Amino acid sequence: MTNKELAKKSAEYRKKILKYIVGAKAGHTGGSLSCTDILNVLYNEILNVSPENFGSPDRDRYIQSKGHCVEALFVVLADQGFFPEGDLETLCKYKSHYIGHPTRKVHGVEQNTGALGHGLPIAVGTALAAKMDKKAYRVFTMLGDGELPEGSNWEAALTAAHYKLDNVCAIIDNNKLQITGPNTEVCDTDPIDAKFESFGWAVREVDGNDVKALKEVLNAVPFEKGKPSLVIAHTVKGKGVSFMENTLKWHHGVPDQQQYETAIAELDSVLANI
Amino acid sequence: MGAVTTDTSINGKPNQDVFAAVLQQLATADRDIIAVTSDSRGSGKLVKFGTDLPEQIVEIGIAEQNLVGVAAGLASAGKKAFAVSPACFLTARALEQIKNDVCYSDNPVRLVGISAGVSYGALGTTHHSLHDFAVLRAINNITIVVPADNFETEQAVKAAVKSNKPVYLRFGKKSMPLLTDDETVGFEIGKGRVVTKGKDIAIIANGETVYPALQAAQKLAEQGVAATVVSMHTVKPLDTALLSAIAEETGAIVTVEEHMVNGGMGEACASYLLQQGYQKPFKIMGIPDEYTVTGSQVEILNHYGVSADGISAEALKILKQ
Repeated sequence: MTNKELAKKSAEYRKKILKYIVGAKAGHTGGSLSCTDILNVLYNEILNVSPENFGSPDRDRYIQSKGHCVEALFVVLADQGFFPEGDLETLCKYKSHYIGHPTRKVHGVEQNTGALGHGLPIAVGTALAAKMDKKAYRVFTMLGDGELPEGSNWEAALTAAHYKLDNVCAIIDNNKLQITGPNTEVCDTDPIDAKFESFGWAVREVDGNDVKALKEVLNAVPFEKGKPSLVIAHTVKGKGVSFMENTLKWHHGVPDQQQYETAIAELDSVLANI
Repeated sequence: MGAVTTDTSINGKPNQDVFAAVLQQLATADRDIIAVTSDSRGSGKLVKFGTDLPEQIVEIGIAEQNLVGVAAGLASAGKKAFAVSPACFLTARALEQIKNDVCYSDNPVRLVGISAGVSYGALGTTHHSLHDFAVLRAINNITIVVPADNFETEQAVKAAVKSNKPVYLRFGKKSMPLLTDDETVGFEIGKGRVVTKGKDIAIIANGETVYPALQAAQKLAEQGVAATVVSMHTVKPLDTALLSAIAEETGAIVTVEEHMVNGGMGEACASYLLQQGYQKPFKIMGIPDEYTVTGSQVEILNHYGVSADGISAEALKILKQ
């Protein structure tokens, strides 16, 4: 895909994310919008995953550790053809499979996540299995910056380096805000790069809302032979909707009809100018 | 079903030693069997496994949450991962990983809780696992198996390899004699083993408490009381058909377990029987709701009546009800 095509995808994904959050009357709006470009580039450019090969042991794996931003994942999976997009009209509705966190009941979802600090250990185990079986698939996981204080992340970071798992790549959606406030005020995890480097990871930073830059950095994985890769993706919470950007209340705020229409108009204008 | 083992060399050993020997035997023929340890290969008797099959052991270090998460990842990619760690840490520290990464995600990890119950004796409460049945019973999609002797252990490990579902195996450190040499008393997950039969009272036990239950039955026989003794090795799913039969055929029921009386096998039996309308003299024996007295495993169990004398005394008491 060209960078323009990717940029268009991102704007379309953002519109759909908002549509289904409004329909569900629930969702993690800010974080879904911050990680949209990452998922876009992963699924359209990087991952060897499709509805056709999803049962193959050789497929790449993507595990969403920040499970609460499931709206972004579901929209991208629908676009990849894993299920009809219309299914998302049942999001969070009584008896729907489309719950507010990733579930394997939905085609294309690798692991049931939602409790934080779980994606990286599972990714590490899956990557270990690939090494044992001498398979070439890679394992990607996306973490929220707010989940970094979970100790299990650091346990898994040690294991990944110990076993020289250069087939695992963790991406941090570093939007710098969590439900209580700025990460630096809740529990300052900076400098993330130095911490992971000291744990034995190869680290790169990128503008996580720039599809061109994301494409370049994710195509460079693994960054170093014998080391797990970490991408610190600097993102904007609520990206793409100016009144939501960097605003705490949109962590899981649901737009009303007027706000929704304003947001869609802004994204339409972005689309028109690409 | 399987007949009583003919491999007498494994009888009379601690169940966790037998677990390790059987696992190694199976792993030698199946490269997908992977032992995952948390600096626990020594207590898990897996040192030889690690030496002989170095490609099939993953050492995590002391990090139980990661132990279970990594095992879930391995299992999701087709490995028969056995996550081995002291039961106390495995089922408390890593409970959320067991719930989400193993059971909810349906990654068929074989969780192995070693040195379980009060095996660690005077090391105290931090090292006791008296909660594991209770917490795991409340999680969907896991089978809980507590073998009593070396035969049950061997069969349980083989069954766990064959099954492609989450399972928790719980082993202690004490050397265990065979419960019976009756070859017709086989082993099947989910089916209690009737080790001896009597019509007056049933003693339903599991793990290392089945042997004292059997000794208690012998003491009762000396006083003219005929007892059934069951090894209810599978706590979940419970053998409800056997429970109904026992309730029909015997006058009273005592349950015995190396677990707190809250939420364990005894309460599971009581819940089923009450809801089926059976009303019998019934006693749940185990560790009461307190931090245990200091002592060795045997001293602690004796202190709370989980002994041949304690069980037989309790049986006589409820028979008078």
